[in-house]
Order: sequence, then C-alpha cells, then structure tokens
Amino acid sequence: MVEDLKETNTGVKVKLFYGPEDMAHFEHKTSLGNPGQYPYTRGIYPTMYRGKLWTMRQYAGFSTSENTNSRFKYLLDQGQTGLSLALDLPTQLGMDSNDPRAKDDVGKLGVAIDTLRDMEGIFDEIPLDKISTSFTINSTASIILAMYVATAEKQGVEPSKLRGTVQNDIIKEYIARGTQIFPPEPSIRLIGDTIEYCTEHAPRFNSVSVSGTHICECGATPTQGIAYPFLTGIAYLQEVLDRGYEADDIAPLFSFHLICGGVQFNFFQEIAKLRAARRLWAKIMKERFHAQNEKSMWLKFSTGGMGGGMTEQQPLNNISRISFYALAAALAGSRSMNLPCFDEAYAIPTDEAIRTSLRIQQIIAHEIGIPDVVDPLGGSYYVECLTDYFEGEIEAEMERIDSLGGILRCVEDGTIQKQLANQAYHVQKEFESGELTKVGVNRFQIDEEDRELEVFEVDPETLSRQIDRLERIKAERDNQKVGNALEALKKAAVARKNLMPYILDAVKVYTTIGEIIGRLKEVYGEAEQSSIF
Amino acid sequence: MSSKRPIRVLISKPGLDGHDKGAKIISRALKDAGMEVIYTGIRQTVDAILRTAIQEDVDVIGLSILSGTHLTICRELMEKMERQGIDDKIVTLGGIIPKKDVNRLMEFGIVKVFRPSDTISEITGFIEREVQRREK
Repeated sequence: MVEDLKETNTGVKVKLFYGPEDMAHFEHKTSLGNPGQYPYTRGIYPTMYRGKLWTMRQYAGFSTSENTNSRFKYLLDQGQTGLSLALDLPTQLGMDSNDPRAKDDVGKLGVAIDTLRDMEGIFDEIPLDKISTSFTINSTASIILAMYVATAEKQGVEPSKLRGTVQNDIIKEYIARGTQIFPPEPSIRLIGDTIEYCTEHAPRFNSVSVSGTHICECGATPTQGIAYPFLTGIAYLQEVLDRGYEADDIAPLFSFHLICGGVQFNFFQEIAKLRAARRLWAKIMKERFHAQNEKSMWLKFSTGGMGGGMTEQQPLNNISRISFYALAAALAGSRSMNLPCFDEAYAIPTDEAIRTSLRIQQIIAHEIGIPDVVDPLGGSYYVECLTDYFEGEIEAEMERIDSLGGILRCVEDGTIQKQLANQAYHVQKEFESGELTKVGVNRFQIDEEDRELEVFEVDPETLSRQIDRLERIKAERDNQKVGNALEALKKAAVARKNLMPYILDAVKVYTTIGEIIGRLKEVYGEAEQSSIF
Repeated sequence: MSSKRPIRVLISKPGLDGHDKGAKIISRALKDAGMEVIYTGIRQTVDAILRTAIQEDVDVIGLSILSGTHLTICRELMEKMERQGIDDKIVTLGGIIPKKDVNRLMEFGIVKVFRPSDTISEITGFIEREVQRREK
C-alpha cells in the first residue's frame, strides 16, 4: 500500500495527489491575480518572458582588467545580455594588490581592482548606457559603485542611464561568505548611503541585491533561503526609512538574488517557494510598509549560486542538473539567471563550461517553448498548495527570528551561523548514509578513471603586472588631492554624513581601495571573526 | 588509544576566502569522532596558523582552500614548519584542488589531499589511522 503522506528530500510532507478538495481556501483574486497584478504570485510583469526574456548572465572576471575586458566582449558577442563581474578577494576585502596579505589572492577569483584605472580598463569600448552590469561586491560596494559611475562619466554617460546591480548585502557576509570588513552597524550605514545615492542619482541601478544563495550553500533550508534575505532587506530598508524616506522612494531599487537549485533542490517546491516569496514580499511591502507604488511591491529576483549541487563524480551529470535548475527558475519567473558550471568541483570554470551553462539558458528560452505562456504551473493543485505552504513557512521563520531579537542580533551572537553549520552537517550525513540520494555519488556510481578536466589557469604574471600598474598610478597621480580627499572622507565618516560624494571624489583622483578602506577603519574599527562550528 | 589523550586537530582557512561550510562540517565531524578540534576561523596567515598549532600542541593541521591559492600557501606553510622543527605534524588539505596539483602538494609534505567526493567518515578514518601509524 502506498502511504498518502510522503516526506520529500527537503523534508516537506506531500500527498499522493492533490485535487479541488485541497483548494478550499484558494481564491483566484487574492491568491494569484493575473500576471502583473497584486499580489504578483504569477509574475511581476503582465507579459513576462514574451515581453522580455530573463537576463542571461554568467559570472566572469579574470585576473586583470585587460583579460576581463576581452572576456566581456566575447560574452556580449556570444549573445549574453548582461555582464556579471567577479572581483578578486583583495578587492572584496578592501586590500590593494601590493598588500602582503593579498599576495596569494590577487586576480584569482576575479579581477583585481585597485584604482579607477582598473575599472576604466575593464569597460574599455563597452558603452555603459547599453549594458547592465552586476557586481558581486559587498563590503566595498560603495567604492566599486563610485568607480563605475566615474568610468561612465568619462564615457559621457550620466549616472541616471546606468543599469545594473551591486550585491551590497553585508548581513549574509557575516553568516556565510566572510568578506565583512567593518562591524555590522557602520556597514549597514554604508549600505544606506549607496541606496540613498542611487535613489537620488542612479534610479535604474539596483543598489542592493539581497542574497539568499550563499546562506543556502552554507546550510540554510529553502524556507530560510527566503526568510533571511527578506529580514535582511527589511533591515536595509529600515536604515533608509529612518533617514526620512518613504518606502516608495527606495523599495523599487531593491532586488534579490535567490537560490533555485543546489544541495537541497526539489523541482516543484523550488518553483512554489519563489512564487510564495513574490506574494509574501508584495504583502509585506503593502501592508507593513504602506507602499503605494507597485514597483515597491515587486519582488525582483535573479537566481543563481547552486555550485554546491555540482558533483565531482561523473561531472557531465551536472549539465542535466543545471538544466533542471534553469527550467525551474524559468517556470518560477526569474528575471535573471546565473547558473553554475559542470566543472565547478574541479576549479574555476573554463570557457567551455561557462558557454554550456549559457547554452542551457538559450535552449530553454529559444528552443522548447518555455517563455510562451506566463506562469504555466499556476492553478496546478499541487503547486498552489505548495505555494501556500511555503508562504506560511517563510512567514513563521521570519517571526521566529524576530522573536529572538531580529536578524542583526542573531547574526551578531552567532545564532544563525551555528544553526546553519548544524543543518549543513546533518544534510552531509544524510547524503553519506544514503538517506538522501545523489546520483553518481551514493547511487549509480561507476568506477571512474582519474579524470582531469581542462582547468582554467590564472596567469602567473597577474600579481606583478597589477602591482606595477598600481605603483605607476601612485607615482603619476596628484597625491595632494588624494590626501585631501581621504581627509574629507574621514571627517564625513566621523560626522556620519552620507559618504558617497566623498568616495566619488576620492576615486576620481585615483585613490586606491586600500587607502579608502584603511581610512574608514580608523573610524569604524574592524569586524570580529567567528570560529564557531 | 584509550589511555592516551585524544587526537588534537587544528582546522584552518588560510588566505582570504571566507567560504567555510566545509571547514565547519569537518570540524564537527572530527569532534563527533572523539577528537579535540580547534577551528581558527577564516582569513588566517600561515604564521598565525603555525602559532596556534604550536600553542595548542595539535597532531594534525587540516587546511581548507577553495580559492585556487593552495600551491603558494602550502609551500610557505610546509617550509616554515620545517624551519621551526614542527614538520612532524600531519598536514592535510581539502577544497577545490585540481588533481594535477596533488603530486606537487605531496612533494611539499602535505600528507593527504581530500577531494569534494571524499566522505566525512573517510576523512575521520584517515586521520585516526595516520596518527596511530605515526605513534607506533
């Protein structure tokens, strides 16, 4: 006999099948509405992919500005519609390339940026009013944004024409990603500064992309992968509301980067979770923050991350996993996709692997009819029940964290880090015991020959080239102006002014990232490192 | 083993990379296997790791590196261990390590390079056996 209730791989109890009797509470207008109508369960735009396909982005950025520039031109040539820039860790941590702590990491996981000169090189001959660029940058987001604005200015492009996103989400750095520099309070203030700047000057640029992907890779459940970014987004929103803005002034610039795939992937649940997230965010913005502008209620999200779902064993199997992640994201109405690559467990992805992930998106977009109808799963008994279920779960988790003192408190005292580490450990054990299936890993294994995929190599000359350039710029620039800019910045930080104009002034005279961060550390101090496990 | 002290392990993340889910899972697994585990947290310099290793008198140093910086970091660490006369400690490495680098890492003196496909029971088992083997 088949039991009616079955626990799925993500721990959700599901029935054998769903029917009208499960939909007693369902009301088309309040639960769904049409696409583009409150509560936006079916999508934030009336025409969705018929009007505009999702943006296809693959993460790229290598060693120096020259390499990255040619990589970007190649990707645009291949039909990619947005750029996603990976920055090396020293840049993410506010260290110059000649910092002794940086030597092993310069140009490794992305491009090295020390001064405006590097940013100018990355976007050389790429018109910034024609493309959108997404920056995976957090602690130093204000500086990178300022450099992007300054580069555009040199091309004759106004900030108001710029499109793109800075990740600019510090809370998840303390939880999962580890590039925090300052303590939480001034970090959040800096985020408020960039949001304010974009609201006033660059209204088409998303000043925050609150990220749920990293915490999911780090052990968060699908529910937490929505609840924590929502709480985080609300914390940033509140920071700016406290400066006298209304929700409608700033909320339209918020975007989210959410996981669709990865270690804990269940196809229909992932779609339902994202539909639920759209509905819940609209309700929160309308009911709690009294938003009137529909753009404030739109949950604009991209999907990405998910490298944790890739296996070292039988790596070509990953191509099919990536396809399912991408299909789920398309069925859930993602606005932008950034897929993992099949060689992720081996090294930084190669050209071929990146291209394959782009082709998966193009096959879904152009070959198999997915974009023709908006929210094709809407009205499915199962998917609608799951959507309701996830909405309730996400809300309950948000309330739980609030009852423990809020997201910031739970990050500062390590509650969330401890919980995720614990969850990650148990999931790992479930894979090892075979309780959870991973094809090719704990079932359907084969004896594999020692396989060596082609591995992307970082140019060994990167460090010396980057340091040479940095030293040349430091010799050529007007050091008096740099000194003045840094002094003004420090004073503004002490006075708790919005720092964006001061950072802009500093980058324009080729002040380095390290110099700016160094000066701010004198005011803000540094984040404590946690070693809880 | 029963009369002896438990195996002491230092888990650390050298370099600037902050992704430490793996390091935390391994720390927890080794602890559950009865070992004493110190996790340094992220962004450790080689000198800081060695200082802690000496202070804590560990038998094993487990490094986690995902950012492609393993060759330079491991060479520096092993050279300094030799110079400081503490190269009797077992050093293992895990993370995203291309296979072609494994031989060079072993030449530096890394005892074992764990791969994403290795299970936590394989890792704890290896460390127990290796420490026992050296005590004989």
